[in-house]
Amino acid sequence: MRKFALIAVPYSWLLALFLIPFLIVFKISLSDIALAIPPYTPTIKDGFGALIKGLDFENFVFLTTDDLYYKAYLSSLKIALISTLLTLLVGYPMAYAMARAPDEWRATLMMLVILPFWTSFLIRVYAWIGILSNEGLLNQFLLWTGLISEPLTILNTNYAVYIGIVYTYLPFMILPIYATLERLDDSLIEAAEDLGCSRLSAFWLVTIPLSKTGIIAGCFLVFIPALGEFVIPSLLGGSGTLMIGKVLFEEFFNNRDWPVASAVAVILLLILIVPIVLFQRNQQKQAEAET
Amino acid sequence: MKRLSPFNITSLTLGFAFLYLPMILLVIYSFNSSKLVTVWAGFSTKWYGELLRDEAFLNAAWVTIKVAVISSTFATILGTMAAYVLVNAGRFFGRTLFSGMIYAPLVMPEVITGLSLLLLFIGIGLDRGVLTIVLAHTTFSMCYVSVVVSSRLVSFDRSLEEAALDLGCNRFGAFRLVTLPIIAPAVISGWLLAFTLSLDDLVIASFVSGPSSTTLPIKIWSAVRLGVSPEINALSTLMIGVVTIGVITASLISKRNSVRAQRDAQAAERTA
Repeated sequence: MRKFALIAVPYSWLLALFLIPFLIVFKISLSDIALAIPPYTPTIKDGFGALIKGLDFENFVFLTTDDLYYKAYLSSLKIALISTLLTLLVGYPMAYAMARAPDEWRATLMMLVILPFWTSFLIRVYAWIGILSNEGLLNQFLLWTGLISEPLTILNTNYAVYIGIVYTYLPFMILPIYATLERLDDSLIEAAEDLGCSRLSAFWLVTIPLSKTGIIAGCFLVFIPALGEFVIPSLLGGSGTLMIGKVLFEEFFNNRDWPVASAVAVILLLILIVPIVLFQRNQQKQAEAET
Repeated sequence: MKRLSPFNITSLTLGFAFLYLPMILLVIYSFNSSKLVTVWAGFSTKWYGELLRDEAFLNAAWVTIKVAVISSTFATILGTMAAYVLVNAGRFFGRTLFSGMIYAPLVMPEVITGLSLLLLFIGIGLDRGVLTIVLAHTTFSMCYVSVVVSSRLVSFDRSLEEAALDLGCNRFGAFRLVTLPIIAPAVISGWLLAFTLSLDDLVIASFVSGPSSTTLPIKIWSAVRLGVSPEINALSTLMIGVVTIGVITASLISKRNSVRAQRDAQAAERTA
């Protein structure tokens, strides 16, 4: 009986505030926009029969006819993919160096990686506006060194979005890679070198394959949230930066088209299922390898 | 013997410069007396004064802290229960759905979580305000708490709890006197995580807050959309300062505890 209560409380909380809201989004994505409160039709008040009859896939058809939406999905995928690769390029050498650092440094290095994670995400993105703008500190510095004669336009372009994503999600890349590299047995690399591998090929043939689960986990931890990102493209991106999170937000708040916003959300979720399932499988494999 | 190559040192230096320079610049420029934020015009603390006189900011800060304390406390209770169920309850009807609902919010885009909760609140006619933000924050942070706590529960030796039961504790007593003290570090870090997530959340709060319940991130958001402002730099500096002190204190405490535990273990070995 007690066990039942223990299960029932968190279970019903999640059902009511996680699962049911989703079903509502799904239902509204099949409804039509209306000039009413709430601004869609049909509602439960119309009766169950009318409710079922009033639902159709019109909004999804609409998403395929207006090329804004598929372009936004494609460009979100592209931006998320490029920034994930950039994050890997920055994060892997850091994780690798951390794993090779003397033991007494590790706790401090670890804390330095985690500390930004506890500071406000919004503020960390905001900090880049003052750096990247035309009169910003980066341009001032580059003009002062004489490397450039005209200020570079970085803010309000996709480059600023890449920098923002790499910056905010870097800890998510470093931590899983560091976790796999830390457990790596050094004698394996020594063995490879004894057997005639050069340093570089030992790294390529032994270290990289053995840290594969960490690399995959890190990439998904960056890619999945980057795909639905809203704050970074809105603050650092320009009018040409199309990302689906931003489109959804604007559809809902500016156009007040709730059914289309819901349909955008449903498709985004369908796209996300693939990387999420792959991520889960990778984590399971890692857990099995550990036991 | 491991040694850091010049390449390792370079990548660490550049990497940490990349992570910390933006925040350091923000802190420095919060003391700039000029309204033009990218031009240095001398040291001044006037933006801090303006910030502390700004009623709207103070109200938003108060709402944010209230929401964060309440929601992270509920999230810790619910999340610990959920972790206990995941680790110890064995098989029950709908277990797969339950664990799915714990892990899904961790990867869900915030725009979708926010949209779906707003549609729920409108559907049941709940007015948007502090209550709706608390409900929303509790829901997504309880999942983070339960992940943190369950990773600790997995390594917990259940025979200790069984011993307490054999010695006459009831189930709740065994949990309170044996299990809880052992998992307490995970519960506390879960609470801190939930607290920070709630303090930090902009997207979900923009969906579910009403006009009378503007949180600090929403206030910051509407200010920074217009560009860089020295007041926001001052506010950011205060927030970065609080977090830095908190994280360093926490790591010093945990270091001291682990040193003490080591010493106790050595002492125990000597007497044995």
